[in-house]
Amino acid sequence: MSIWTYANPAKFMATTARAVPILSLLAGACLLGGLAWGFFFTPDDYRQGATVKIIYLHVPSALMAINAWLMMLVASLIWLVRRHHVSALAAKAAAPVGVTMTLIALVTGAVWGSPMWGTYWAWDPRLTSFLILFLFYIGYMALWSAIEDPDTAADLTSVLCLVGSVFAILSRYAVNFWNQGLHQGASLSLDKEENVADVFYYPLLVCIAGFVLLFVALVLARTRTEIRARRLHALQLRERMA
Amino acid sequence: MSGLAARDLAVARGGVPLLAGLSFDVAPGSALVLTGRNGIGKTTLLRTLAGLQPPLVGEVTPGGDRIAYGAHADGMKGTLTVAENLAFWAKMHGAGDIAAALEAFQLSALRDRAAQHLSAGQRRRLGLARMLLTGRPIWLLDEPTVSLDRDSVLRFADAVRAHLGGGGIAVLASHVDLGIEAQVLELEAFRVRPGTVQGDVFAGEAVE
Amino acid sequence: MIRILARDLRLAVRAGGGFGLSLAFFLIVVVLVPFAIGPETARLSPIAPGVLWIGALLACLLSLDRVFALDREDGALDLLATAPVPLEGVALAKAAAHWLTTGLPLSLAAPFLAVLLGLPWPGHPWLCVSLLVGTPALSLIGTFGAGLTVGLKRGGLLLSLLVLPLYVPTLIFGADVARRGAEGLDLGAPLSLLGAVTAGCVALLPFATAAALRVNLR
Repeated sequence: MSIWTYANPAKFMATTARAVPILSLLAGACLLGGLAWGFFFTPDDYRQGATVKIIYLHVPSALMAINAWLMMLVASLIWLVRRHHVSALAAKAAAPVGVTMTLIALVTGAVWGSPMWGTYWAWDPRLTSFLILFLFYIGYMALWSAIEDPDTAADLTSVLCLVGSVFAILSRYAVNFWNQGLHQGASLSLDKEENVADVFYYPLLVCIAGFVLLFVALVLARTRTEIRARRLHALQLRERMA
Repeated sequence: MSGLAARDLAVARGGVPLLAGLSFDVAPGSALVLTGRNGIGKTTLLRTLAGLQPPLVGEVTPGGDRIAYGAHADGMKGTLTVAENLAFWAKMHGAGDIAAALEAFQLSALRDRAAQHLSAGQRRRLGLARMLLTGRPIWLLDEPTVSLDRDSVLRFADAVRAHLGGGGIAVLASHVDLGIEAQVLELEAFRVRPGTVQGDVFAGEAVE
Repeated sequence: MIRILARDLRLAVRAGGGFGLSLAFFLIVVVLVPFAIGPETARLSPIAPGVLWIGALLACLLSLDRVFALDREDGALDLLATAPVPLEGVALAKAAAHWLTTGLPLSLAAPFLAVLLGLPWPGHPWLCVSLLVGTPALSLIGTFGAGLTVGLKRGGLLLSLLVLPLYVPTLIFGADVARRGAEGLDLGAPLSLLGAVTAGCVALLPFATAAALRVNLR
């Protein structure tokens, strides 16, 4: 049995009907456990105090914001090459989850930035890149909702996702270039992963696992809804023809 | 020169299957007239034959590079003159004698007039004159005689006959009898009954 | 391809609006800026390169929704798709026509409008160069957006929403060239990066545009 079996809507529905509750439970357990561990059972940072604990939300959501777009890119490619409808719908389903993750990353970043840098927003390359990613998500979702025919919408959004990915990477480098060009040396780096201590590291891993599971569960659940909506659309068309 | 052939063709508009099970051959030098009520899928079928949209199933031979497609929307620019419009399409297809095309549809006197100042019938003749300039053997024409007067219809029929006489092929979606020797294909017989064509994977019963 | 370009240019001249509108829009944007910022040259001149780039970018956006929409309405797009010319070539010709009617006149007009904002002298030629190198990328990206939205009845706003984020790299490098030119700094790096963005757009985007057009023609 190949992985493409799951591209059949019926097979996909049957499998995910069992998988979604399990994944949701696992996601809930990981998130509760990881966040509780991180918030209450780790010491305050000697420099940052309790504010450091926002990494348990900030880092996983930022990771998932990028990975959601990557997943959409892969799903779009599968749709363009192999024409599996479930793949196109999964890409559609992932976008709102991805944009929420981006928003969480931006908001938690601002909340963290206020005590650390004395400002909610700075045009740091990393922050700016996330803001641009946010705009890309919005454009992608707007294009999906603007086109009536589902296959046309799937095709055009896939092309946009491909071109958008190239430009997103390009923007990342352009933004790096731009900020160094404007503020010589005075860069606010967010590279916390490198110097994060073990005592913060393990709960962070659990939280990341929780966010990954949450993402997968949400995307599967949303894809199921999209499949049902597509089926409704197909049945209505058939009824209109009769 | 080979003819135009469709094998077990099914066409869809906006994801909705309209016609299925179409098979026909049109030999060089002959014409095919498509009839059927409005909305049955004449335009969709012509667009599929022209290669503008893929068939749902089945195949069409030959491909689009031997086919000239002519519809109501004739692609003529109102601010360009008749001759300029035709010259553009003649150059795009790398062939064709503009003077002859103008003559065939009585447009010679209008050659320097802007296309936006033509009457509906004159405009239609301009669109048909373009077909002559494509130099392609297979003409697909969607309601070609709309807004033509009797005299123009006769001239159009002459042009089609000349095209057929030169070994060309014409497929016409039309309700007007042009007096051209042609096979007639009534599309009502190929209308898709609900559930007979699985165009949409989501319409199957298996999805819970 | 050259013929499509020639026809589009002729249409733009006949219809009258082509160059005029985006140039007038550019002028208005530049005139409005001092009302919002203040009349002091000390305040205006440092932001002049960026303002002029933003103005040119927005002016480019104005005429985008007409790139394919008119040809689709009158059926010319169908006929071009069946003509013996690749759709990629059509996309490239359309982008070139858009650039010649908007990007080029904007680039040439920008140094004159820069006087209004008190751009320091050495900046004028570099502003013109940065726009000449950068605006082709804007036209190509815009043509891609127009190809995506050509099937939509009111695609104008969506078109802007899709295209503007894609303009970010071009804007960053282009405005940086203009700024460094005005400050008399070395601008080799951003200028070559700007050229690279444009070259990449020329090489890749016509294919994406043609793919979008094919989907929209069905």
